[in-house]
Amino acid sequence: MREVTVIPLGSHPRDVELEQLKTGIERVISVEITIAPRPLDIDGALDVSRKQYHSTSILATLLQQSDVQTERVLGITPFDLFVPVLTFVFGQAQLNDRAAVFSTFRLHNEFYGLPRSGELLMGRCIKEALHELGHTFGLRHCITQPCVMNSSTYVEDIDLKPADFCLPCREHLGVVL
Amino acid sequence: MTAFDPSDITIMIVDDEPSVRQSLAAWFEDDGYGIVTAQNAAEALQCMQDHTVDIILLDIKMPGMDGLALQDRIREFNKEVIIIIITAFATVDTAVRALKAGAFDYTTKPVDPDELSHLVHNAVEKIRLQRENLALRESIDHLQFVDDIIGESAPMQQVLELVKTVAPTDSTVLILGESGTGKELIARAIHMNSRRRYFPIIPVNCGALPETLLESELFGHEKGAFTGAQYRRKGKFEMAQGGSLFLDEIGTLSLKSQIDLLRVLEDREFHRLGGERSVKADFRLICATNVDLEREVKTAIFREDLYYRINVFTIHLPALRERRADIPLLATHFVQRHARSMNRATPELSTEAMDVLLTHDWPGNVRELENAIERAVVINKSGVITPADLPLQIGRNSAPPRGTSLSEMEKEHIQHMLDENAWNISRTAEKLGIDRVTLYNKLEKYGLKRPE
Repeated sequence: MREVTVIPLGSHPRDVELEQLKTGIERVISVEITIAPRPLDIDGALDVSRKQYHSTSILATLLQQSDVQTERVLGITPFDLFVPVLTFVFGQAQLNDRAAVFSTFRLHNEFYGLPRSGELLMGRCIKEALHELGHTFGLRHCITQPCVMNSSTYVEDIDLKPADFCLPCREHLGVVL
Repeated sequence: MTAFDPSDITIMIVDDEPSVRQSLAAWFEDDGYGIVTAQNAAEALQCMQDHTVDIILLDIKMPGMDGLALQDRIREFNKEVIIIIITAFATVDTAVRALKAGAFDYTTKPVDPDELSHLVHNAVEKIRLQRENLALRESIDHLQFVDDIIGESAPMQQVLELVKTVAPTDSTVLILGESGTGKELIARAIHMNSRRRYFPIIPVNCGALPETLLESELFGHEKGAFTGAQYRRKGKFEMAQGGSLFLDEIGTLSLKSQIDLLRVLEDREFHRLGGERSVKADFRLICATNVDLEREVKTAIFREDLYYRINVFTIHLPALRERRADIPLLATHFVQRHARSMNRATPELSTEAMDVLLTHDWPGNVRELENAIERAVVINKSGVITPADLPLQIGRNSAPPRGTSLSEMEKEHIQHMLDENAWNISRTAEKLGIDRVTLYNKLEKYGLKRPE
């Protein structure tokens, strides 16, 4: 079974129970998840003028963690992420490679002026984690509805898609996992 | 909507910032698009040579040639590629310039992921429609050319070779041939195989209209240009814009119309009647005539300067009697076409009927053949077309009289009728509508004798 380390970045994410996230991911794909005990410092990825963290820099930082030996590393951060040309990203991953990251910053209902919902937040986190890990296992955005690999540019898109893979994507994962 | 595979689309990212190239490439790679990147204009132009690029995401501010200049350069040789400008230094001026120069869209960095997805989705949808359109056009072109021109004889194959040679050029073509040889069909074939094929071909029969009407027909007119001109009307020159203008029977143009046409061909622009604004004349000219234009030039009926202007590339269409080998093919084609249009079972052509068709001289050429076949299909009841179904003058008189004077023609006709009636004098006289004595007198007059 493939091993994945989930690493909190900057600080432990607010309102997200990592054990619950681990269970949610393991229920869908056959991976064994370890949660890193300490948060990883990502100050180097901060863009002061944008007040956001550069997700590509974070991926580089994740890959430099020599004490993490697992085949995949998944960073989770409460801070907002960006790539230079976009206003923000929910997450980023290396296609068919080792590192992935996602942010809970825009997954909170409160960000959109709505009442807090722990259940919605956890559902979104599980979907984002599955989506970014899917990229690391070689999956591209899927145009088959419904599938967790559908591209999401709004949080509503995340809510609409299921926390599961469509049959072709699942078949692909069946080969690699 | 047809399913579209993103890997069929190649996006080129042109930006001097490595992080921008990298992040955009990663973003679109996740969607499955083909990606190439370039850090400056020179690299971008090289990429355009090495890859088939469908969409360009183009930065404006770059060292060396900037994005707007690069867009102009690309547009010189590629009108189809979709260019989306993404710039950090947006001004109204650059946006207007970019869009006027043919950019598909314009956005500023950093761009919302949703906006970027929409921009590219719209571009992909446009490409999908363009490709679908092209496929449909190609299938239509194929049908047009293959179905319409029938001829396997050597003279007709030579004509088709000439059509293929001249069609892709923009040269003026003069088609010469007797009436009914299919000059308009050849003109359409030239048009359909030219780069102007997606615009109309406008046919004008110069012989069918009096000079005054022809003028307004060709040039169009403004409202109030003359009595009865209640609306502005486009002329044929304008309707043929981007396409081809087919002037049939150009030999019948009056001298005044010849001067008017020559001026349009030389100036490449014209005015509507009663109009002040000049209109560009962007059409290919294809002319046709069945008269000897060189002789008309010598007798000053046709202007020499116009003759040289239209006589750039000439195609001689053979008369049907000069390509008899095509008669069976054409006859079978017309039988099928007319049976289909009349919703009838396709009749067969008997060997005897085909012999008659093959020996007739066809002064009216393919048009006459088609009319004869159409008539035969109409009157035929048995399902086999025989000589009796063909028009009388074809079945009974396969060779027209060669004499020119009335007495020569009379002599040949009497001879023919005698042969047809096995020299039975009474029957021949009855068929000719004269009495036997008159027929004997004619035999003596013309020295006609029963064959031994």
